[in-house]
Amino acid sequence: MTIKISGEAGQGMQAISTALAKVFKKAGLHIFMNQDFMSRIRGGNNFSQLRVSERPVFTLKGKSDITVCLDKGSISIHKPDMAEKGIMITDRQKFGTEETGPGFFDAPFYDMAKKAGGSELFANSAACGVAAGITKISFRLVEEALKEIFADKPADVIKINIAAAKLGYDFSAKYFRSDAFAVKEGAAAGNLLMNGNEAITLGAIRGGCKFYSAYPMSPSTSIMENLSRYAKDFNIIVEQAEDEIAAINMIIGASFAGVRSMCATSGGGFALMVEGLSLAGMLETPIVAVDAQRPAPATGFPTRTEQADLDFLIHAGHGEFARAVFAPGTVEEAFYLTVKAFNLAEKYQIPVLIMTDQHLADSSRDIDPFDMDKAKVERHIISKEDSKKVTGYKRYQLTETGVSPMAVPSWIEDVIYADSDEHTEEGHITEDGKIRMSMVDKRFYKKMALLSREVEEPTAYNLSGADMVLVGFGSTYGVMKEACEATQGKKLGFIHLSQVWPFPSDHIAGLLKRAKKAVTVENNAGAQLAKLIRRSTGIEVDGSILKYDGRPFNADFLKEKASEAVNNGRR
Amino acid sequence: MADVKDFISNDPIAWCPGCGDFGILNALKAALVKLGRKPKDIVIASGIGQAAKLPHYIKCNCINGLHGRSLSYASAVKIANRELTVLVTTGDGDCYGEGGNHFIHNIRRNTDITVIVHNNQIYALTKGQASPSTDEGYVTKVQTQGVISEPIRALEMAIVLGAGFVARGYSADMEHLSWLILEGIEHKGFSLVEVLQPCVSFNKKNTYEWYSKRIYKANDDPAYDPGNYVAALQKASEWGDRIPIGIIYKAEKASYEEKSGLNKRPPLVEEKIDDIDITGILKEYA
Ligand SMILES: Cc1ncc(C[n+]2csc(CCOP(=O)(O)OP(=O)(O)O)c2C)c(N)n1
Ligand code: SF4
Repeated sequence: MTIKISGEAGQGMQAISTALAKVFKKAGLHIFMNQDFMSRIRGGNNFSQLRVSERPVFTLKGKSDITVCLDKGSISIHKPDMAEKGIMITDRQKFGTEETGPGFFDAPFYDMAKKAGGSELFANSAACGVAAGITKISFRLVEEALKEIFADKPADVIKINIAAAKLGYDFSAKYFRSDAFAVKEGAAAGNLLMNGNEAITLGAIRGGCKFYSAYPMSPSTSIMENLSRYAKDFNIIVEQAEDEIAAINMIIGASFAGVRSMCATSGGGFALMVEGLSLAGMLETPIVAVDAQRPAPATGFPTRTEQADLDFLIHAGHGEFARAVFAPGTVEEAFYLTVKAFNLAEKYQIPVLIMTDQHLADSSRDIDPFDMDKAKVERHIISKEDSKKVTGYKRYQLTETGVSPMAVPSWIEDVIYADSDEHTEEGHITEDGKIRMSMVDKRFYKKMALLSREVEEPTAYNLSGADMVLVGFGSTYGVMKEACEATQGKKLGFIHLSQVWPFPSDHIAGLLKRAKKAVTVENNAGAQLAKLIRRSTGIEVDGSILKYDGRPFNADFLKEKASEAVNNGRR
Repeated sequence: MADVKDFISNDPIAWCPGCGDFGILNALKAALVKLGRKPKDIVIASGIGQAAKLPHYIKCNCINGLHGRSLSYASAVKIANRELTVLVTTGDGDCYGEGGNHFIHNIRRNTDITVIVHNNQIYALTKGQASPSTDEGYVTKVQTQGVISEPIRALEMAIVLGAGFVARGYSADMEHLSWLILEGIEHKGFSLVEVLQPCVSFNKKNTYEWYSKRIYKANDDPAYDPGNYVAALQKASEWGDRIPIGIIYKAEKASYEEKSGLNKRPPLVEEKIDDIDITGILKEYA
């Protein structure tokens, strides 16, 4: 079932969708929740979508079953997306509208808000109660959820919110007799409700990040905000930098001094970080940088989603140096890959990039609690203990593997020279051509070879039987999975990449050979993945399903496009 | 006790004979000997330019990064390990031009770092274009009709932005300069030591002779109080026939380490990270 809550920015849609998500999660149901906001603080049209299911859910549906309109404008915007037997909750008295008929349920929630002892500000809680009442969920859960959501508000405010919700709930109980939207309790109790940015934050904490520097930019900012909430408890310094250039250079400095460090931004900010990325490659300092993509070029759609930075991230930076680029597809992967990013960055003394997007960043899903055994810190610097034994230290010592031991300044008796000019093993400036070649081999070839050996394997689903295999990276995991599962007769399969650099060429080539037909699924206009596959494997896919309206895919849309592609594919 | 030999680097020096940078290098070594810390406990950060090569010519830890960005990584080195002595050697172009935004905001940030700006009033490494501090009217291959922008007033800027230690030295007066550097290091918070540094190859105007004729020691005047904000601003604005050197402004203020609470706990780099327990915060998502 999909519930949509729509209104103007500032009307508190997010609060009630989160409250409802909590309600259903408490009832042991699975949740997927996504926010669709405009880049403004008041007005416009914002909405939240909440999918509730007895089975795990990973993505959005095209149509909504229950649509809650907090303002008049929402009615016409969302009417076309109502499910055939869906219902729209409106407040005719407040909106002065005439909508009647089986698809509409008139509930005077603005009036209820006032009756509950508050102002119209509490209409969102009243509407939340109305929606909950329609699903026949127990009111006790609504009350608990509201208490949690408004935990930091004064007691009387919490009370009024609950009273407003109760009025709404009772109203539905009285006037909405049908069981059409009633939910059954599920078995998923105890799960966590989390979005991608929250998972990255927790991954950073678990991964040992002690210094974070960034400049605010949607949709990355909530990582900085989340981390700041926990900074004190975990002794993390979060520094808002003057710009993204400073942010990346700061984390390079902290990393040089032995501290695991991270920054996050979106495409425009990442563009400013590019010179610093190249510096990290040259200095061989480990860093983790997140690009939470949004539609570009330039400022683009600040609050919406896109996957058009793929080419940019794998190539960003002048010169040639090794890097890894992760593209988590789920909240869980966002967590585990962030921990891994810190380990890998330190192991090879390279920048590791995490490419996400607004859709993954801001969508919450219920997940099993993380397995900490799969999220372990592996250290690769010379420990303080072992530092005592170090003599004749050379920062860029040439080794078989290309990786030089990394020491922490002041822990060893020797001094450390790190240089962005081409340098000798000692780290001093040189213009010697031979040394240059061995340093390039070290930074680029040798490290890339090692990285390729431990690349994340793509996920493959139902390749053999399928008429068509979808191929995607990053946040499209969920939508591909659901589109495949929902197609009758096992006609669709999918391949998902959660690491795009080094490109897992052998894996992908092997998998694609088993596919009858393959199309990429990408939230961009350039079919960047399809081209990357061709460059890396020589295989040309049969087409691409592209979406670049700034909105994420939904399962219905993808299923439809995929079946069109089955018929039109051109291999 | 430290000895100047402890700070000798065997990397061959690539500066022109007679360059003012030598004086700064020697003054810095003398200051570090007096400071008495081991080279391993000192980090010198630099950007790109002639000045920025200095860390290679002294034995200390060095992070020689990008043009203009040295203050960013220097501040973060200090945040990562507050027990390190952190210095920056930078050019006037590196610090006030390419790195201008970081200059502003690291003064505000006020980490305990000492920034030595080699001010030769020219871009030397790129062979003689105007820098933000080139005198108006000076002709270069780019500014063929003479510089038309006003020179930056870095010392005044620093004072206005809240730097707690603002000084100017002269590379030909090593003893005075080494005193300033040591005072800068010992001052807690952001310290700016700008050094008048003749570039014998590309600045044909602001030569040793030109500076020597004009400089005077501000602190020789017992009536001059570097703690007086207004007097300091006035002093910092002097440029022309008379150029003051010495401690121009000095004020105690809380450093970043104090305000962030870093000074009350072990250095960040000492944090144990192998099995950080996040189960407590996971409950918030239940
Ligand atoms: C991003 C970038 N832009 C330009 C340069 C070229 N460059 C190197 S040093 C320099 C100016 C140096 O002037 P200054 O900082 O005053 O130092 P000086 O050489 O005079 O000591 C420039 C423009 C560079 N290295 N990086
Ligand atoms: S060019 Fe000028 S600043 Fe550079 S080394 Fe020569 S004299 Fe010194």
